[in-house]
Amino acid sequence: MFQFIARRLMLLLPVMLGVVLVTFMIVRLIPGDPCVTMLGERATPAKCEAFLDRYGLNDNIGVQFVRYLQNLIKGDFGDSIRFTRPVTTLIAERLPLTMELTLLAMIFSTTVGVLLGVISALKRNTFIDTITMIIANIGVSMPVFWLGLLLAYLFALTLKGTPLSLPPSGRFSAGLSPIDLAKFWGLENLSGLKFFLVELMSNTVLVNVIITHDWKLFWDALRHLILPAVAVGTIPMAIIARMTRSSLLEVVGLDYIRAARAKGMVERRVIGKHAMRNAMIPIVTIIGIETGGLLSGAVLTETVFNLPGFGTGLVAAILARDYPVVQGFTLVIAVIFVLVNLVVDISYAYLDPRIRLE
Amino acid sequence: MSVTPATQTRDTILEVKNLKTYFFTEDGVVKAVDGVDFSVKAGEVLGLVGESGCGKSVSSFSILRLVGVPGKIVEGEIFFEGQDILKLSKDEMVKMRGDRISMIFQQPQSSLNPVFRVGEQVAEVLELHKGIKKKEAWARAVELLTLVGIPDPKKKAYAYPHELSGGQAQRVIIAMALALSPKLLIADEPTTALDVTIQAQILDLINELREKTDTAVILITHDLGIIAETADRVAVMYAGEIVEFANVEPIFEKPLHPYTQGLIGSIPVLGNVVARLEVIPGLVPNLIDLPPGCRFEPRCLLRQKYGLEVCARREPELVEVTKNHKVRCWLYTDSDEHSAPLKVE
Repeated sequence: MFQFIARRLMLLLPVMLGVVLVTFMIVRLIPGDPCVTMLGERATPAKCEAFLDRYGLNDNIGVQFVRYLQNLIKGDFGDSIRFTRPVTTLIAERLPLTMELTLLAMIFSTTVGVLLGVISALKRNTFIDTITMIIANIGVSMPVFWLGLLLAYLFALTLKGTPLSLPPSGRFSAGLSPIDLAKFWGLENLSGLKFFLVELMSNTVLVNVIITHDWKLFWDALRHLILPAVAVGTIPMAIIARMTRSSLLEVVGLDYIRAARAKGMVERRVIGKHAMRNAMIPIVTIIGIETGGLLSGAVLTETVFNLPGFGTGLVAAILARDYPVVQGFTLVIAVIFVLVNLVVDISYAYLDPRIRLE
Repeated sequence: MSVTPATQTRDTILEVKNLKTYFFTEDGVVKAVDGVDFSVKAGEVLGLVGESGCGKSVSSFSILRLVGVPGKIVEGEIFFEGQDILKLSKDEMVKMRGDRISMIFQQPQSSLNPVFRVGEQVAEVLELHKGIKKKEAWARAVELLTLVGIPDPKKKAYAYPHELSGGQAQRVIIAMALALSPKLLIADEPTTALDVTIQAQILDLINELREKTDTAVILITHDLGIIAETADRVAVMYAGEIVEFANVEPIFEKPLHPYTQGLIGSIPVLGNVVARLEVIPGLVPNLIDLPPGCRFEPRCLLRQKYGLEVCARREPELVEVTKNHKVRCWLYTDSDEHSAPLKVE
């Protein structure tokens, strides 16, 4: 098992190298150059030259790539052209929000999706089944931004003033913000990886407020995340519901389920223990794929709900031809994707003993 | 196996009366089991024989009330130890299954849940019905695995089903089925999926355990060899009905129903060189659209030989023509429009 995990983590290296290479090339293939986007249409050639020199963009592309790799190994992702700040800092600022959003969305889509799927399968071909699957189909076909706007309209406008009202935008209510963990712990002079990790944790609000025991802020931050999480989690929820239904229906017709009933088991145990454990395998696959998709696909939701997340950051960087940021962000998404897949593979082995991890 | 007088005086523990299990499909009502009567006595082996699709398995699932949608038991009574189990509540039925009535299945490998250790699956029956603790149940499960002849049971209890051979898997299932010494064991084609040598071992095992615990066995099979070797009494099923019901010897020595005769005639006999084995012409009727008269009539050679008209129009009843030998055939029973051409002394 540990060998398997170690080997898979080693495999991350070639994957990362490939991702770096491809994004490095692709961002440079996008028409338009950073000079024009940054300095404007009327920048003189001399100014442009100086600008490109400063960021090393005049060098041979091979030289640039090797230099970038060398820096990467040292943990230096370069500086953002637009913000003149380290890319790592931008990651530490923007990644946590998207992770929290993804996590909440997955909790929502998994619990609701599996629940709907199980209900639907158990009540197959009844009215309840039809209703549940209609909900699932609407969920799949609902564009995220549209659903986001509808939710915002319903919960922020129509239900305003009721206990059900939820904030439609931003991360906190006005006047609230979390304490920086570095300050909280009195670690002012951190640098490098430690600084990055503390910043990352500090910006993960739901973790931060637990560490600092700021429960008021916890609820506030959580409430701000509910609508976006539901919006972004609806499509996965619907897909998971449909997958759960078909997977469970397939399993329920198998011999060992009848055998389980013949052993004198109540139906709840037959389904909950014997059928679900087998039905979970395809469901876990879907959950894994969807989680990966959410990380990069949260752009629309982040835009609708005005959240400064990873997706919006990446899009802005692409538009500004902010090469280092695009490369850095893409790399992070790739790594997370691979890690999620690793978790999925490990859970396969846990769920199904016939799958041996070697 | 011979019928000892003892088996005949024993208590009847299961009595199935006029059981009808239909499947309501989009194409029509499939009368899978259509008015079946039989009984089983304690400690005896009742063989249920017939071709695929004749209703053997559905009958047995009906006894456990495990007929799935779109199937439904539409009529009949099933008395188990004097109690009509079709009238039991769901919870009472759940308690009955695996405890007093248990079942062995055709495909041992696929009847075990692939994601749980076999020891756990055997122990589960004990936990469910005895309410004993996990550890204790596990220890008992290992004992049961020893009893059914699993080699190295302590280690094998930790195995997953895919790590066992077909024969071992069937032994595990038998261990599970016999864990609580049931009064009735339903074995649905228990050896069909196994090699011939393993078949014999499994049958011996069932027999041995039956003798030890006095469990009644309903042995469902299409293999007449197994019936001849194992069963005390035999019910021959055809198209959802029992067509002949007798002790095992008369069935093989003097089969009455033309279908039974055909079945027995189609067994190859070692050393008996014949050019061709006998076959029963035609196919099993469609259970949605049954012939109006005797269900075997379209395939019956004797009916043609004796030129009986009644067969195509009226269904015969299952009638006791000699002691303990029932048959559903106009050849042996008079009607108001014909007199039976064959008589049995």
